[in-house]
Amino acid sequence: MANKIRTALEAIAGLQDGMTIMVAGFMGTGTPEILMDAIIEKGVKHLTVICNDGGLPRGWYSDYDTPRGTGKLLEAGVIDHIIASHVGLTPLVGQGIIDDTMECTLVPQGSLVEKIRANNFGLGGVLTPTGVGTIAAEGKMQIEIDGKMYLLEKPLRADYSLCRASVCDEFGNFLCNKTTKNFNYLMAGAADHNIIATERLVKAGELDPDTFQHSGVLVDMIVEGEKPWQI
Amino acid sequence: MADLKTRIAKRCAKEFKDGYVANLGIGLPTMVSSFLPEGVHITIQSENGFTGLEGSVERGDENVEIINAGGGYVKASPRVNYFDSATSFGIIRGGHVDATVLGAMQVDEQGNLANWIIPGKMYAGMGGAMDLVVGAKEVIITMLHQQFNKKTGVSKPKILKECNLPVTALGVVDLIITEMCVIKVTDEGLLLTELHHDFTVEDVVAATEAHLTVSPDLKPYDISE
Amino acid sequence: MADLKIRIAKRCAKEFKDGYVANLGIGLPTMVSSFLPEGVHITLQSENGFTGLEGACERGEEDSEIINAGGGYVKVSPRVNYFDSATSFGIIRGGHVDATVLGALEVDEKGNLANWIIPGKMYAGMGGAMDLVTGAREVVIAMLHQQLNKKTGVSKPKILKECTLPLTALGVVNIIVTEMCVIEVTKVGLVLTELHPDYTLEEVVAATEAHLIVSPDLKPYDITE
Repeated sequence: MANKIRTALEAIAGLQDGMTIMVAGFMGTGTPEILMDAIIEKGVKHLTVICNDGGLPRGWYSDYDTPRGTGKLLEAGVIDHIIASHVGLTPLVGQGIIDDTMECTLVPQGSLVEKIRANNFGLGGVLTPTGVGTIAAEGKMQIEIDGKMYLLEKPLRADYSLCRASVCDEFGNFLCNKTTKNFNYLMAGAADHNIIATERLVKAGELDPDTFQHSGVLVDMIVEGEKPWQI
Repeated sequence: MADLKTRIAKRCAKEFKDGYVANLGIGLPTMVSSFLPEGVHITIQSENGFTGLEGSVERGDENVEIINAGGGYVKASPRVNYFDSATSFGIIRGGHVDATVLGAMQVDEQGNLANWIIPGKMYAGMGGAMDLVVGAKEVIITMLHQQFNKKTGVSKPKILKECNLPVTALGVVDLIITEMCVIKVTDEGLLLTELHHDFTVEDVVAATEAHLTVSPDLKPYDISE
Repeated sequence: MADLKIRIAKRCAKEFKDGYVANLGIGLPTMVSSFLPEGVHITLQSENGFTGLEGACERGEEDSEIINAGGGYVKVSPRVNYFDSATSFGIIRGGHVDATVLGALEVDEKGNLANWIIPGKMYAGMGGAMDLVTGAREVVIAMLHQQLNKKTGVSKPKILKECTLPLTALGVVNIIVTEMCVIEVTKVGLVLTELHPDYTLEEVVAATEAHLIVSPDLKPYDITE
């Protein structure tokens, strides 16, 4: 059986300047930090990043001496375009827009979720009442169903998805603890190449199959070495 | 000011019924859960992916795997359930949240809400707000009645004939609770239903741009335990 | 007949590459997994909600919580993962299934497939078939070349110019494997790529209503190990 286990740099070997990536996590929680570090080490630039938010900036908590999650990519200046629902905690985005070095597309969080899920799960789009009558509706088709207006939200595609598991088996079946789930079960499988960075790697069959919450068929590569966030 | 916010949070808490599933915004709305009437137990949903939020944790007690939608570390109740963002927003959009409490920059006579962007000034993103106000069964706005400009010292109405900031959603607000009064959004417009005894109807009307209909059944602002 | 089906299953098995995620229909398609070439390990998806199906289990060894899409009790691999129907069909529609092998009532020159209903006769429902053939990256049809009418003893072509039965999906079939030959569906039509030594070209053409383009590179039907 094809071996899915890679080092972080091997896993992103095909990642090129100008590509689009999905990064899971919510304000850093549930983001694969070792893959953020690998992207910076590899030195790819001009990325389009699909993520819920800009992670956390350096110093968010008094003793944070590093940015967290996508905040690392923002600080490294490798993002040309960020597609997110909230960037209020990361002033680098607002600054990038003012300086015209960065583009930002804001999408309501629930719609962002469904746009990713649609691409992962083969739907041509989803209809949501969220955003009708707002800036978020600009340029989108509106469809009336049974007297109620909906926006057509189309799928979002990406070259790579970067996700984080608490436990993953060697086939890629995985689970995420507590509030680290967020976008991980949506993005794994939503891109052309799907990478899971995991805290714990186990052999197939080592744990009760019902432990795992998501399917390894959606995972192409597995990287070991995620650590619990230290505060 | 802190007292006024406590007053608003206390009044808002009376809107909750036992068993409600609620989503509370950051700041004043979060305070509401501290003032629930006796016998009223609610389940708080956090849009980053769980139900059963209990409040903030002491420094040193943090679990790095449990954050709220503001990115802060929080406590979870014994009946906590964690889920992914698709389920979280499915719960929100699907009408499974009984009430959401949020602040606002502007609310208007149609119940339109603006609370996410000030072009050229505030650029944070709507986060989950657009989904929340569209999906929650009841949308309660808690805010100070007017916007105080710290530079000029002038206060300006936030309850308007028509929102002039980009809206978060159309016609979603059900109830507005300020330090002065309680206003219901009805098909006929804004209905003043409760007045705090520190203010007269004239005070409220002067602080409000929107047309207010005074309820024939106008009651005192009720924050009794 | 059983021998012919084994022949077809053996030939289908050669379409699989190591690491493939596959969904096999009930009957002949299920047999395919018994004939995989050495070094080729695949993961079977079952549309009722898991990956890692290993095959039928002996009477007495059933786990009443593990069934396949045909309702039979089955064995699972150590790397099994169970999920709900939304995830299952997400995996199917999302292109995460590399190949599906199914039987057919009719296939036509455009790769249109009819395999779910015979009006007035067979009324079972499409089940997951419409999703499977739309979502799988490769759709392999494994079937006897003609339809034998047991009453009249007459055989009728199933590979037609145009399907006459209600379709399962438009233009989805990639390859047709029968006991006589292998046919690839291309933009220019049906290309005969492999011929079994028991048959002549003329016999295949006579048993096929659709126009067949004989590949300049026509090969013998390959079921060597």
